[in-house]
Amino acid sequence: MTGAIARKPNQPPVYLDYQATTPCDPRVVEAMLPWFTEKFGNPASVTHAYGREAEEAVERARAQLASLIHADPREIVFTSGATESNNLAIKGALRFHRQFGKDHVVTLTTEHKCVIESAHAMAREGFRATFLPVEGNGLVDLGKLAAAIDERTAIVSVMAAHNEIGVIQPVAEVGTLCRERGVLFHSDAAQAVGKIPVDVEAMSIDLMSISGHKIYGPKGIGALYVRRRPRARIAPLIDGGGQERGLRSGTLPTPLCVGLGEAAALAQAEMAEEAPRLLALRQRFLDGIKEKLPRAQLNGDPEQRLPGNLNLSFPGIPALELMAACPGLALSTGSACTAAEVEPSFVLRALGISPELAAASLRIGLGRFSTAAEVDYAVDSLAAAVKRLGAAPMTSALAGTT
Amino acid sequence: MAPRATYLDWNANAPMHPAAIDAVSEALGLAGNPSSVHGYGRRARQAVNVAREAVARLVNAAPDEVIFTSGGTEANNLALRGFPRRRVMVSAIEHESALAAATAVDGGRIPVTRAGIVDLAALEEMLVADARPALVSVMFANNETGVVQPAAEVAQIAHRHGALFHCDAVQGPGKLPVDFRALDGDLMTISSHKIGGPMGSGALILRGDLAIEPFVKGGSQERGRRGGTENFPGIVGFGAAALVACAMEGSAEIATLRDEAERRLSALAPGAVIFGHDAPRLPNTLCIAMPGVPSATQVIALDLAGVMVSAGAACSAGKVTRSHVLEAMGAPPAMLECAIRISLGRGTVAADIDHLVEAWGALYARTRASAA
Repeated sequence: MTGAIARKPNQPPVYLDYQATTPCDPRVVEAMLPWFTEKFGNPASVTHAYGREAEEAVERARAQLASLIHADPREIVFTSGATESNNLAIKGALRFHRQFGKDHVVTLTTEHKCVIESAHAMAREGFRATFLPVEGNGLVDLGKLAAAIDERTAIVSVMAAHNEIGVIQPVAEVGTLCRERGVLFHSDAAQAVGKIPVDVEAMSIDLMSISGHKIYGPKGIGALYVRRRPRARIAPLIDGGGQERGLRSGTLPTPLCVGLGEAAALAQAEMAEEAPRLLALRQRFLDGIKEKLPRAQLNGDPEQRLPGNLNLSFPGIPALELMAACPGLALSTGSACTAAEVEPSFVLRALGISPELAAASLRIGLGRFSTAAEVDYAVDSLAAAVKRLGAAPMTSALAGTT
Repeated sequence: MAPRATYLDWNANAPMHPAAIDAVSEALGLAGNPSSVHGYGRRARQAVNVAREAVARLVNAAPDEVIFTSGGTEANNLALRGFPRRRVMVSAIEHESALAAATAVDGGRIPVTRAGIVDLAALEEMLVADARPALVSVMFANNETGVVQPAAEVAQIAHRHGALFHCDAVQGPGKLPVDFRALDGDLMTISSHKIGGPMGSGALILRGDLAIEPFVKGGSQERGRRGGTENFPGIVGFGAAALVACAMEGSAEIATLRDEAERRLSALAPGAVIFGHDAPRLPNTLCIAMPGVPSATQVIALDLAGVMVSAGAACSAGKVTRSHVLEAMGAPPAMLECAIRISLGRGTVAADIDHLVEAWGALYARTRASAA
């Protein structure tokens, strides 16, 4: 049925890991290059022309990023990436608000590892952390979230879109709830920003983490959105020269800031066309898999999910063997940050998926440079490999959700 | 013809070396998260490992002692907050990132002499006076005056009293040999953009047998000591710059040019004061006061003439503030408010020094005329 192309011998594998990282868009690289070469001033060196030129470029980038999420440029704090942003938001909010008797963080069991680790670290320092389970579709139950907030809760952290299963949380509803209860709302939106509309005003977000390399920008740069009105108060994590209004010290890496700004501008300009294109590719992928491998099942909510994400289980086929059997595909079992670990994904386990099935699951990430031909090739490769590996007698089919 | 632009602010940021630009440009064209297990990821991982070896070699450390960070400020914060049970003693002339990080677990400030060198006798007294376990942080060379600190002696004294020694060596590599082993360091901070690598990259060297409390938590990157997706192009660029910096090419020529600038400026303005003149200094740094002319006036006048210098560290968030470094050296206010920092680098040529001398001399003549 498909028009799958044969891969040439030396062709690089089809990249299907866009949630781990995205290639830097050539237009972004182009925008960055002058700032690596002839425009080299330190943006804090306002005493001379090279420094001021760099400062202007950083401020332009700040405005581009702010525009994408409907924020004021002064609400953008550049960091080294979303991991640092998440650390800064959670640790910074708890440390600042302890003086007002607020020492509690509420988050989900399926959050990114750095959110969970930050909350654990604070618990070891004497703060309280609540890890709320999610429903079988990966989404948070608002009633349970409301019940988990108490009078000492300082901050609620709920990821906007999930890095493994792609599910999109009801961010605006969580924001309204937090605003009503007078607690800060932080969202790790590393996977959501630039892919789906994110509006800090409409969604009542107080703190939000953004990553450069998840939106076709450079690695080593990210941002934390910090609301000004009503002000979200946090303590800094990294002290020093007082850059970023004292919230994040360290020389601002001009080329990386410029790259993040450009990536944000491109995402804003192209999202309306790119999102439906990716959604169609995702559907093509899913339809192809369903047709050839009817026992495969989709993890996470089928509707409330990123246009470019699928997470599929192939009952009885260990994911590591499946990946090895598809050398033409660059795939992952889940978060790259924990890729070295042999345990099945804790996220899938939190959805109530058995360890065996979790270990038979792959994350498929599609993105800006994915094509229909690549999707067809990937479906054919996976189907052939599953059939080959599954030729041995298999366990009985598990109850599917799709 | 465009007016000549002379960049003499290399201690704030060193323009990237062509080898580092090439490395970064190539890396930016590659997809792949170094933590991913597929071919793209493995290739990125391999490039990170090559860079790790180069950075380790730059300061004579082992590759697995290198923890990549977002820069010197983060590395200083990681070092000084990474041992919560130790009081942190820093010298009074440390970079603001070390001073600020130290206040969390403050063990006091180690004074410096008038020459700008950390006072070793005072350090010893402080360690004797308080038996609690300590972490001593003294920089390799000062970013404002260029004064090289007796790091090996500090390490000896610290170790004699059971303290750990952290050396902020952001200003050092590429200018002078820096040897983590020889000076017997426990921790050392280095930065990419001060040695011709890209901004946004740095490292903390952590002695192999030491465990540190990480403060950016996340995945298992950097062996659990620093979470976050590795800034792979940044790290690769840092590695390329480290290879170049090992050779310290042009260091002697830079020293000659700096000495010439110092001689000519002093001859122009007999009342000029050179800070750190009586101490061993980095070959590229000159901190000079033109009496009676505020630093801000000087940097603005030089900027208008196309000569780019600074009034101290760039990091003070754009403010021209009093230098805590010169203050700690006991400089009278009338002098420290009139100091500027001139820092040279790989690309500096004799004509740049002529340009500086001409512009500074013109300002000096104007102020003399208006004072007369």
